[in-house]
Amino acid sequence: MSGANDPYDPKQVAALSAEALDAAVAAAREAFATAADLDALAAVRPAHLGDRAPVPLARRELGALPPAARADAGKRVNAARVAVTEAHEARKAALEAERDARALAEERVDVTLPWDRRPRGARHPLTTLQERIADVFVGMGYEVADGPELEAEWFNFDALNIGRDHPARTMMDTFFVAGGRDRDEDSGLVLRTHTSPVQARTLLSRTPPVYVVAPGRVYRTDELDATHTPVFHQVEGLAVDRGLTMAHLRGTLDHLARSLFGPEAVTRWRPSYFPFTEPSAEFDVWFPEHRDGPRWVEWGGCGMVNPRVLVACGVDPEEYSGFAFGVGIERALQFRSGVGDMRDIVEGDVRFTEAFGVEL
Amino acid sequence: MRVPVGWLAEYVDVPAGRTVEELDATFVRLGLEVEEVHRPAEVTGPLVVGRVLDVEELTGFKKPIRWCQVDVGEAAPRGIVCGATNFAVGDTVVVALPGAVLPGGFEIAARKTYDHVSDGMICSARELGIGEDHAGILVLGDGFEPGAEARPVVGLDDVVVELAVTPDRGYCLSMRGIAREVGTGLDVAWRDPGAAEVPGWSGEPAWEVTVADAGRCDRFSMVALEGLDPAAPSPWWMRRRLAQSGIRSISLAVDVTNYVMLELGQPMHAFDRDAVTGPIVVRRAREGERLTTLDGADRQLSGDDLLITDDTGPIGLAAVMGGASTEIGDGTRAVLLEAAHWEPTGVARTARRHRLPSEAAKRFERGVDPAMTVAALARAAQLLAEHGGARVVGGLVDVDTRRPPPSIPLDAARPGRVSGVPYPPAQVVGLLEAVGCAVDADGDRLAVTPPSWRPDLTDPADLVEEVVRLAGYDDVPSVLPTAPPGRGLTETQRRRRAIGRALAEAGHVEAPAYPFVGLPALDALGLPEDDPRREVLLVRNPLREEEPALRTTLLPGLLATLARNLARGRRDVALFEHGSVFTGGVREPAPLPGVDTRPDEETLAALLGAVPDQPWHVAVALTGAREPRGWWGPGRPAGWADAVQAARLVAAAAGVQLFVRPGEQAPWHPGRCAELVVSEAGGDRVVGYAGELHPRVCAALELPARTSAMELDVDALPPAAVPVGPRISTFPPVFLDLAFVVPDEITASHVESLVRGGAGELFEAVRLFDVYSGPPVPAGSRSLAYSLVLRAPDRTLTAEDVARVREGIVAVVELQGISLRSGA
Repeated sequence: MSGANDPYDPKQVAALSAEALDAAVAAAREAFATAADLDALAAVRPAHLGDRAPVPLARRELGALPPAARADAGKRVNAARVAVTEAHEARKAALEAERDARALAEERVDVTLPWDRRPRGARHPLTTLQERIADVFVGMGYEVADGPELEAEWFNFDALNIGRDHPARTMMDTFFVAGGRDRDEDSGLVLRTHTSPVQARTLLSRTPPVYVVAPGRVYRTDELDATHTPVFHQVEGLAVDRGLTMAHLRGTLDHLARSLFGPEAVTRWRPSYFPFTEPSAEFDVWFPEHRDGPRWVEWGGCGMVNPRVLVACGVDPEEYSGFAFGVGIERALQFRSGVGDMRDIVEGDVRFTEAFGVEL
Repeated sequence: MRVPVGWLAEYVDVPAGRTVEELDATFVRLGLEVEEVHRPAEVTGPLVVGRVLDVEELTGFKKPIRWCQVDVGEAAPRGIVCGATNFAVGDTVVVALPGAVLPGGFEIAARKTYDHVSDGMICSARELGIGEDHAGILVLGDGFEPGAEARPVVGLDDVVVELAVTPDRGYCLSMRGIAREVGTGLDVAWRDPGAAEVPGWSGEPAWEVTVADAGRCDRFSMVALEGLDPAAPSPWWMRRRLAQSGIRSISLAVDVTNYVMLELGQPMHAFDRDAVTGPIVVRRAREGERLTTLDGADRQLSGDDLLITDDTGPIGLAAVMGGASTEIGDGTRAVLLEAAHWEPTGVARTARRHRLPSEAAKRFERGVDPAMTVAALARAAQLLAEHGGARVVGGLVDVDTRRPPPSIPLDAARPGRVSGVPYPPAQVVGLLEAVGCAVDADGDRLAVTPPSWRPDLTDPADLVEEVVRLAGYDDVPSVLPTAPPGRGLTETQRRRRAIGRALAEAGHVEAPAYPFVGLPALDALGLPEDDPRREVLLVRNPLREEEPALRTTLLPGLLATLARNLARGRRDVALFEHGSVFTGGVREPAPLPGVDTRPDEETLAALLGAVPDQPWHVAVALTGAREPRGWWGPGRPAGWADAVQAARLVAAAAGVQLFVRPGEQAPWHPGRCAELVVSEAGGDRVVGYAGELHPRVCAALELPARTSAMELDVDALPPAAVPVGPRISTFPPVFLDLAFVVPDEITASHVESLVRGGAGELFEAVRLFDVYSGPPVPAGSRSLAYSLVLRAPDRTLTAEDVARVREGIVAVVELQGISLRSGA
C-alpha cells in the first residue's frame, strides 16, 4: 500500500497492473480446470474467489487511486473478477452434470424383467365372436334380441312351420324336457335346437320394420367329438320390412362375410330347405385367409321368411316380406382361427381360451 | 339317396365328356347336397368277358374243383381252375387274365394248382370289389361277347353319388325324380321310367280289398302272381344296383320290390298269397291288437296305427313294415304285390311310435307320387316274370279315392319380387312346366296345377322357390338394405359384456360348461334336502344318464372345469362363467296353438308363462396362486377374499352398490362365506354368495383345500343409476389416521360405515390400512386402522375442524363398544 503523500501512479501499483490481473485469472482457470470433482473445486475456490484472493485484493487498491485513474483500473479488475467467476461456474456445472450422469447410470435396471403380478384373464372366443358379429349388425341399425335356451316347443317348431309330424321335427335331434319330477311327463318344452325361435318371439312382440340379430346357445343330441358338440352357438338374423328381397339377403350376408373374413370375402348359395324360409339356401363363404389356402367354407343357412311364419306371428305377408339367416359360431371360429378339434373349444382348458385375450 | 351314375345315364342323356365333378356341381346347384362320391375299387390289367366252353369236375380233393375251358376271345380257349359250382357250360363270366390286379393288390398270374395250370381266374362279385356276394362266381346275362372289356359290363367304372335329400323333396328319393331334376338342370333329354305302358290285366280283381280309412289311404293297388320259382336268384345287375344303393339282397321277390322302389319311388310290399286269409281290409288298429313285424318284434298297436288286415287280424303295419305271418319264404310260389299311397303325417307318427324309420316310411313321410302305384306293380310283375317265371293271375285291384290336386294362383311377377331378379313371364311358365306343373296363363295371372309327385307344392311361395331355384341362385344380386336407426345394445346386454370384460381383465378366464348336471354333483356341493337348487328340470332324453338335469347353479360345471385344468397340470386357475341357469318347479305344460293365425293374447301369455325363468348367473372359482411368485418375491394364494372381491368387481361393472355380510350357505365354508346383498326399494336382497368352499366340498370334488368360489344372480341386480358428477373442491385435504379396538363380532364393513357417518360432511374418502390382533389388543377384539381424507368444498380446514370430526367419529363408534386405540 502507498504512503499518503507519495505521488500516485496506478501503473506503479503492482496489484492493479494488467499483467498481474491476467496472471491471477490464468491461475484461477488452471486451478478450476484441474479440480477433479466438486469437492476439489470447493477446496480451490477460496484461493481464487475468496476475500484474500489476488483479484479481490487488487480491487481494494482502487479506493486509493485518484479519480482519473480509477475508472481505467476498475474496468480491468472487474473483467478479471467476471472471468474468474465464470470459469468457476462453468467448471462447477460440468462437474455437477458428470455427478448426475454417474448417479443415473448407477440406477440402471433390466427393463425386460417380467412384472406379471396380476396376469390378465380372457374371455371365451365363442363369446367375443358372437359379440363381434352382433356389433356388425348393430352398426347397420339392427338390434340384438335374446330368447330363452329352454323354449316352448311351439316357438321352436310349430311357429316356424315345422308341424308335429313334419320330418324336419324328428331330424332336429331334440332334447325334450320333462315338466315335473317325472322324466316321462311331456311339458311342451325343449332345449332350443336353433336360434330361429327368436324370430317368432320377435315378430310377436314387435311390429315391422324389424331388423334383429339373436346370438345364443342351442342344443342337439349329438355326442361330443372332434367335429360335433351337443351344445353350440348360432347367430340368427331377421329382417322384416316392405319390399325386402333375396338381393337384400345376399347384400347383408356379403357385408357380414367381409366384416369378419376380409374385404375379398363373398357368399355363395346352394338351394336347400328349411320349413321357415322359402326360398331357402345354405351358404358358403369365400375365405382367402384359410390356413389350408383360400377356399369356400360352409357357414350357414338362409332364406326368405316363409309367409306361413309371418301369418302365425300376425304379420301380413302381402304387405311385408323378410329374410332370415343363421350362422354357426363354432364353425366360424374353427375356420377363422384354424381350430381343428371341437373339444378344444368346449372343454374349458385355460390354455385355449387365453390365446384369444379379452377381445377378438 | 345313393345314385349310381350308370343307372342315371339310362334315363338322362348326360352329355359326353361330362365329369363326375361337373355332375356334382349340377346336383348342388339343384339343391341336392352331395354328401359323398363313392368310387369303385380299382382293377388294373386285363379283365374280360369269358364264355365257359367246357367243365371237367376234378375229383380227389377236399372240395369240388372244376377245370374249365373258357373262351376269352382269343384263338384258343384258356384253361382255368375254379372252385365255384354256380355256373354251367355256355354261361358268360368275368375273367381276370394273368397281369390283372384285383382290389386289395391281388395279382393274377398263371400258376399250377390242383394239378393244372390255371391261366387266369373266374371272378366273384366280392373279388371284383363290387359286392359282398362270394357264394359263387359272377354269372353275366346274355348279350356279351367273349373277350370284351369287362369293366363297363360289371359297372367297375360306375361312380355312386350320395345325395342328402331335404324333407320337402320326397320325389328325389327315386331314380325317376333324380332323372327329372338332372335332365332339367342340364337342359338335356331324359326319359321317365314311370311313363311305361301298363298292361291291361283282364279278369276279376285278384283279391277282395276294402279301404276303411280313405283319409289315410287314398289309393291301394294290388296284383297277384303265381308260378314264381322260389329258387330263382336275382340277376347280378339288380343285386349290384341294390348294393350300390346300400340295400342288401334277400330274395328275388323282395329284391324286385326294393328295386322298383328305388327306380320309381313307390315303396311296395309282397305278401305270400297263400298265407293271406280272406279279404284284405285297410283300417285303424283296435284296442289291444298286436302285430309281429318282419324284424321279429312283437308290437303293441295304437289306435292311430293304420293296418293291413285279413281274417286273422293285422298282417302289416301300413307304409312302415310288413307282418311276419305273410312273409315271403323259401317256398313261396304265389305273391300278392301291394303298392299304395298313404297320408304322410300318419306314417310319420307310426314310424316314430314304433321307432321304425324304414325306407318305405321315409318316402311316404316325404311324399310319394300316388300316380305310380299301378306302374310300379307292372314293373315289378315284369321283373318277376322275366327272372322268376311268375305270371299275373286275375285282374288289377285299384281302390282309388284321390281328389284332383287344386290349382294355385300365382302372379307371374311374384318370383321376381321375392328374388330381386326380374323374370319374364314366359320364363316363369317355362320353369314351372319343367318342374311338371300344368300352367294356365291369363296375362300375368297364372293358375298352376302341381304334378302328382310334388305334394310339397301347395302355396305360391313354394312355386316361387321352384322358379328361383331353377333360374339359379347365382343370378341374385347383392344389395344392402337400409335398416331404420336402431337403439344399440340394451342395458342388460351392455351389463353382461361389461361383467365379462371386468372379470377377464382382472385375471379370470371364461370357461362355459355344458348345462347338464347329475344329482351326485349337487350332493357333492352339500346342498340340503330342501335347497331350491335341488329343484331341477329333467331332460327326457339326456345324452348321459348320469347327467339328466338342467343346472340351477353354475358351480358344478365350473368346478368340474377347474378340476380338468388341474388334472392337465395347471396349478393356478381363476375361472369364470356367466350364463343361464334353469329354475325348476312344476308348471302348466306349454300349450300348442295352431299356426294359421297369430295366437290370441291369452294363449300367448300361457305360452310365455310356461317357459321357466332362466336367470343369468355369474360365477367365479379360484385355486392356486392368485398372484404368482416371481423375482419380486413370493406369490399370494387365492382365497376367500378374492372370491368376494370378484363379486364386488361384478357389481362395479354393473354399476350397482353391493354390500357384503357374513353368510352361511352350501357349498361354502360356514366361517368364510360372504352374503352378497343389494338394496332395493323393498329392502335388502341377497343376490349371491362368495368365499372359501367347505373343506368337505373340496374333498368330495377332489379340489385343493381353500378353493374359493362366488356365484351371483346378475338378473337380480337392480338397474344401474345414472352416475352423478361430484363437485371437485380445490382446497387442500387433511389426512387423518384412526385406529380402533373393535370387538370380533363387529364387521369391518360396519365399522367403515360408522366412520363415514361420524365424519359428517367433511368426509371425502376412507381406507382400511391395517388389521391387527394380539397384545396389547385384548382377546376377543382386533385393531382396525383407517386412513381418512377430509376436505371442505369452500375453505381450508383448521385444526379445530379436524378435532371436531375426530370427536364425532369417536362418539359414534363408542356407542357400539368400539374404542379409539390409545396412542392413535
